[in-house]
Formats: sequence, structure tokens, C-alpha cells
Amino acid sequence: MNLQVFQGEKELDREISGGYVSDLLSDVMGHAREGEVWITLQSHANVVAIASLKDLAAIVMVKSIVPDDQVLKKAAEENIPVLGSPEGTFETAGKLFSLLR
Amino acid sequence: MSPGNIVEKAAERGLQIIAVTDHNHAGHARLTRKLGDDKGIWVVYGVELNTKEEVHCLAFFDTDEQLDLLQEELDRMLPKVPNDPLLLGHQVIVDEREQILQNISHSLVPGLNLEISEAARMVHDLDGLFVPAHVDRKTNGLYAQLGIFPDGLEVDAVEVSWRTDVTKFVESHPELSSLTLIQGSDAHFIQDVGRTYCNLMMKERSFAEFRKAFKGVQRRKVILA
Repeated sequence: MNLQVFQGEKELDREISGGYVSDLLSDVMGHAREGEVWITLQSHANVVAIASLKDLAAIVMVKSIVPDDQVLKKAAEENIPVLGSPEGTFETAGKLFSLLR
Repeated sequence: MSPGNIVEKAAERGLQIIAVTDHNHAGHARLTRKLGDDKGIWVVYGVELNTKEEVHCLAFFDTDEQLDLLQEELDRMLPKVPNDPLLLGHQVIVDEREQILQNISHSLVPGLNLEISEAARMVHDLDGLFVPAHVDRKTNGLYAQLGIFPDGLEVDAVEVSWRTDVTKFVESHPELSSLTLIQGSDAHFIQDVGRTYCNLMMKERSFAEFRKAFKGVQRRKVILA
């Protein structure tokens, strides 16, 4: 899928159960499921905390957004791979969806 | 950030009025006020609501009755997501000796089941003051979450974060020029209490005067430091 890996190269062969698209943390807290890949444009440290809380497979940040070192440090601690897509949410989700079908 | 520590730090910093605006909960309000009374500090009851759109909004109240009604609403509207203290922080209610009285089991982080316009209505129905928080901030600021200032949203003031160049910000958001602006410390750590404050031109420390200062009437007003 041509994603850039910011954090977690060693974790990239874990099982993915699906994907979830949302930029509202509350929404992810309430509805995302374990093993899903979270596609978002949010890039702050809380994103990692929520991904960990929900046992998500990975975070994919869209639109070439680059997370800062603080976020990546937390992601390493929580063992959450963080990837980046140069494309928008629509294209990124569309491609992931096709791959998973 | 216990009530005791907050009041002590506020006294140290020479603050005369404080409002503690915990996220989606007002469980420490009464104790903070009691401790504030002992030190001659007026503690305004408050909360920082997180709306459905994830816009943070401050709300200020006066009486115990309003506080209890508010807490009932908050409890009702908080989504039931179990908290993980290691990931999202401890959520405890303590007494004046910092003994833990209660552990809040549902995470206070998510947005309430309440849109911003409903939040304003709820606060006003309880005779409170509604103030979108740190509107300039990228995270959970009104403009970041909504893009624009919602038409018809009834606010009593707008908070600008302590880091911001207020003049520049108002220039680029002209709709704010007719509104009262406030600034506070938004302290999440004890040493930050009082890092920013504003001054109120009021006859006395009362909620009626507080409300007038926010309205900017009868020569009462809010003056940014």
C-alpha cells in the first residue's frame, strides 16, 4: 500500500481484523474494535493512548502528516505501529478496504 | 492537582478568584470552595465540558443546587467507556487530606452525548455561564473542530489560550471582537496554576457581579492581563 513506517517495523505482520476511520477520539473509544487499523488525520499523543486502550492493530496517519517524537516514543512504549499515507482518508481507506476483502 | 494543592498554589500566587474546571466532572468543586474560603479565595464552580464534536467548553456556576443538577446531567451524558488509568490517567475524588474517596470508573475523556448548542442551552438553563475553551487551540478548540463559529451559538465569553497573541487572533476572527474574551492558566500541573489570569472589574466577588463582568455591562468587565 506504499505506506511510510514511522514506528513499529517489527510489528508489521500482526493480524488485521478490519479498519476504522474517524477523527473523533470519542468515536473511536466507543466503537473501534480490537485488531482494526485506525485511519485518521489526528496526530497527537492521545491518539496512541486510545489505540492502545482499544487494542488496535495500527494507526495510519493520512495526508503526509508526520507525528512528532513524543507521539512516536509513546507508540513504541505501547507497541502500536504508526504508519503514514501520502493520500487522503478516502483513498487510503478505499485501498485498505480492497486489500482486506 | 488535588483541591488542597490547587488552593494553596493559588494563594501563593495571589489569586483572588479561581474556577476549577475539571474535564466532564465537578466532583471536587465543593471541597475546593471550602478550602478556598479558608484562604480568602472565591472559588467559582466550574467544569470543562467535552461536547459531541469534541469542542472543549467551560461552564461556570454559583450554587450547590446548580452543581448537583449539572453533575446529574454529566453522569447521564458521559459515554460508558471503561477507564484505563495507565493509559488515560487516574480519575479519583479525594478529601482534604488527599485520601481517595471514589474512583470514577468510566473514562472522562470522551465527548459527552451533547452537541455544542445543546451544551450551551443546558448551561444556561442552570443559570450558568458558557464559554468555549481555548478556541485557538488545534486540539479540541472550537475553530479546529468546527471550522467556523456556529451561527446562533449563545456564549457568554470565549476563552483564548494563554500562549496566544490575542490581538492577532481576533483580527483573523472578527466575530470575536464583539465578545468578551477570557484567559486562564488551563493548568494541568500544579506549578502552572496562575501562569495566566485575567482581571475582573467588579464591585464585589459575587456571581451576579461575575456575570455582569462577562456581559461587560454597568462598567463591569474582564481585562486580559
